[in-house]
Amino acid sequence: MKFKFGIKEVVALGIGTALFVVLTTVQIPLVIVPNTALQPRMAILAFFSAVFGPLVGAGIGFIGHWLGDAIFYGSVWWSWVFPEIIVGAGIGAFFKKYAVEEGGFNKGKSIVLFLLTEIVSNAIAWILLAPVLDIIIFKEPVNKVFVQGLFAFLGNAIIIGVLGTVLLIVYSKIVGTSSNLKAED
Amino acid sequence: MSKMISYEKKNTPVHKLSGFTKLIFFILWCLTSALTFDTRVLFTMIAIGVVIYIIADVKWQQVGGIFIAVMIFMVINLVCIFFFSPYEGCKIYGSRTDIVHLFGDYTLTKQQLFYELNVFVKYFAVLPSVFIFLVTTDPSELASSINGIGVPYTIAYALEITLRYIPDIQDEFHKIKNAQEARGIEMSSKGKLFDRIKNTAIIIFPLLFSTMERIGVVSNAMELRGFGKKKKRTWYSKKPLKAADIAVIAFSVGFFVLTMFITYMDGSRFYNPFI
Amino acid sequence: MVENAPIIEFSDVSFKYRAQQEPTLKNINLKIYPGEKILIAGQSGSGKSTLAHCLNALIPCSYTGDMSGTLRVCGEEPSKLGVFGMSRIVGTVLQDTDGQFIALTVAEDLAFALENDNIPQDQMFQKVDEVAQKLELMPFLSNAPGALSGGQKQRVSLGGVMACDVKVLLFDEPLANLDPATGKRTISLIDDILHNEDMTVVIIEHRLEDVLYKDVDRVILMDEGKIVADMHPDEILCSNLLIENGIREPLYISALKAAGCELTPQTHPQHIETMDIEPYKDEVKKWYHSAKFPASENSSETLLEVSHLKYCYDESRQVIDDVSFEIKKGEMISLVGKNGAGKSTLASLICGFNKPDEGVIKFNGEDMANLSIKERGERIGYVMQSPNQMISKPMIFEEVSLGLVSRGVPEDEIKERVNEILRICGLYPYRNWPVSALSFGQKKRVSIASILVMNPELIILDEPTAGQDYKHYTEIMEFVHEVRQKMPITILMITHDMHLMLEYTDRTLVLTDGKLLMNAAPAEVLTNNDVCDRAYLKRTSLYDLSLKCEIDNAGEFAARFIEDERRRR
Repeated sequence: MKFKFGIKEVVALGIGTALFVVLTTVQIPLVIVPNTALQPRMAILAFFSAVFGPLVGAGIGFIGHWLGDAIFYGSVWWSWVFPEIIVGAGIGAFFKKYAVEEGGFNKGKSIVLFLLTEIVSNAIAWILLAPVLDIIIFKEPVNKVFVQGLFAFLGNAIIIGVLGTVLLIVYSKIVGTSSNLKAED
Repeated sequence: MSKMISYEKKNTPVHKLSGFTKLIFFILWCLTSALTFDTRVLFTMIAIGVVIYIIADVKWQQVGGIFIAVMIFMVINLVCIFFFSPYEGCKIYGSRTDIVHLFGDYTLTKQQLFYELNVFVKYFAVLPSVFIFLVTTDPSELASSINGIGVPYTIAYALEITLRYIPDIQDEFHKIKNAQEARGIEMSSKGKLFDRIKNTAIIIFPLLFSTMERIGVVSNAMELRGFGKKKKRTWYSKKPLKAADIAVIAFSVGFFVLTMFITYMDGSRFYNPFI
Repeated sequence: MVENAPIIEFSDVSFKYRAQQEPTLKNINLKIYPGEKILIAGQSGSGKSTLAHCLNALIPCSYTGDMSGTLRVCGEEPSKLGVFGMSRIVGTVLQDTDGQFIALTVAEDLAFALENDNIPQDQMFQKVDEVAQKLELMPFLSNAPGALSGGQKQRVSLGGVMACDVKVLLFDEPLANLDPATGKRTISLIDDILHNEDMTVVIIEHRLEDVLYKDVDRVILMDEGKIVADMHPDEILCSNLLIENGIREPLYISALKAAGCELTPQTHPQHIETMDIEPYKDEVKKWYHSAKFPASENSSETLLEVSHLKYCYDESRQVIDDVSFEIKKGEMISLVGKNGAGKSTLASLICGFNKPDEGVIKFNGEDMANLSIKERGERIGYVMQSPNQMISKPMIFEEVSLGLVSRGVPEDEIKERVNEILRICGLYPYRNWPVSALSFGQKKRVSIASILVMNPELIILDEPTAGQDYKHYTEIMEFVHEVRQKMPITILMITHDMHLMLEYTDRTLVLTDGKLLMNAAPAEVLTNNDVCDRAYLKRTSLYDLSLKCEIDNAGEFAARFIEDERRRR
């Protein structure tokens, strides 16, 4: 598959990353598990991946996570930056099928496909890649990093599955053309 | 709202270096700290880091908050490591010297303490590079530097666009959040989880929508001004490399090679004081 | 003007966007000669922007569709040269100065096109300095866009295209986002460039009076994809073509016509300053004395009382400095002042988005200091500038009901209240439509309706008509006017539009550098030279007209004319 990387994609990558970074500080705390929070910025990553494809998605994930953590927290946890590439690229892989900007993201089929790729990419990223990197770089205990990875997977899969899907459906509805409208009395 | 770390214009030797130099240093420094687990190397890195902070005229007010936050985060992390795997250190260093029995199956060992000290130091060793890079590098130089190390200029420019629009989008986010709050839609921590996600969607959506519009406008403006037609592009704000730059790059590369040599000389990334 | 070959020549050009049924441009024939300054006017949808996009090759290169006929610019065909090729001939200055300011600093943005052209750094430095000097941007070279005013940003946009040594400057609604005085300066600047450089200037704009502040060679009037007039400004002002095609005439022209004067091109009506007013003087005077005096109705109940309000973002800058005023129930108030004068800050203090450092804001006599944003939201509604910044639901009914749903209002009550508001706002027939199917003006109604549904007593409208042409401006303002007749509502409006404040508001608050400079009737404000200068407002041309006709009370003249216009609408 060949992916276009024209001006629109460059700008989408740049501005999408800016939005991702701005939303870094927006978190929805989970009451059940203390000290963990859902990250709405992940839904933004999913949205841009689904609209602009895997390259833009991977770029926003990587640069956004790096830059967001760096400018708000002053430190970068590299082993959690790289997995974002998988999430962005994975969700973006079928972006042509969604046809979000043409109003195509409304059928059950696109939503199921989106949810499936979303869950699979998050699983690979957080249950597999992030823990392995943590072990390689920090030599952290195996059981600890996999438990962390599992929570990250759950949190991201949920926020993307709910918020990401909602954003895509609403956006697709708003920009897609509509016909057969009649004024009512 | 957290304060963002951003570039501060000063006239120190670190500020005067080219962004390209600092980027090379940053990458090699991160790589070194990721690869090594040699206690001697890690402490040397901390020492060099402190020296750079002093040269770059970084004030405690700038870094204090971050240090404390990272410290708290690391303490939690270290406690977690202990509870998940109290004898990880013994496995790594191949010996066990008990200090005190705590409870159940948990005994504090010298090896575990030393291992956790290394994790701690390793994390702090990487801090200066991120911070110094952000505080001393003019954002204008960033794109040309990244292009300089071989990344295509389109991607490098995307990063420039990111830095350009973060303040605008942040401003818009606050405006929208306020207006929606006045309508009664709050992003508070009260209420059910699903409701909170729903309210977040209501606040984020207009921001996302106007961001998409912005992408259209900016793409057109860039196309009208000839972006992306040529294979190469020059940079107005690229700083030429000076003697000091060459010296720092040479030092970075030399330091990297040396640390790798020291680290892996004996076939293990760990410095083992217990033999 | 040298009579040589045209620099721009449209021969029988038609264009149809791929997604549309009807062509947007129909058989356009137009010649523009080197050194000319052309104004292209027309309401939204008239095809004027499409025409502009043909010049810089965005059509047909970026917006696809069917194009026929031939277009030549500097002897080249834009469709063959492409957007990049045309960018060296035609420099486009976009309406959205924030969108066009791409780089991180002024200098880099000026150099942006040069960078793309792979020009060596030392040549860039030279060129940037040269352009910055011409546009007086030298002191700001290292500034970020956030640290510039709207007018400065626009000069950067202009410099960015001038750096490429273009032959044609194309301005796409250059005045839309500027305060009136800055707009006036922009028009002067364009005029200077035209005189000093070898350029041709094409301006797309519907704010005719502001563009005509300096001489224009021809006005091209468009409607429904066709050119309906191609005339000298003096001629077109004497005709009724502008009004017939949805373009607002300069106020002094409307006033002269209202007084029953038959205008002739020989009196040079292009600028009020140089116009020969002698033939019309007596008629205007007669009309003034016979015109009705506007009835003033005053409510005595105070709704909002702001006293000694002070606020600063940080120690260095006082944004609101000891501001006090009252708003009576049922009033419609305009809040004006140049960009950065503190208008938005004042609004956000009233809404509770920011907390004042000192001073009291009372609503119905109650101090609001301890009310949360949400609680204030039940009393004071805030409508953002762009409806897109507020709409977050795909369906109209859902969007309007959002505020009530979040407040836990019972479902049947929601339905009743939403339907009632939708009826008042003329949106009821569309209640089950998606928001996407609405025009900009209708979306604006939706965003106002979604605030009105919560029954606030005061609503704050932030630049409700920014960037709108006369037709949409009228549509939005008549709507607000109508709502006022149907509901007991008080309105505070932040605006840059002098017409709006004159035509629709009862009173004007003028803010300058955080201080309240004047609090008076709009006609009084806009005929006060000193206040206009200090607050970056533009004195109304009615003032000049009354002066020239030897009517001493200019404020009264303006007020009577506006009243007359209102009556006739």
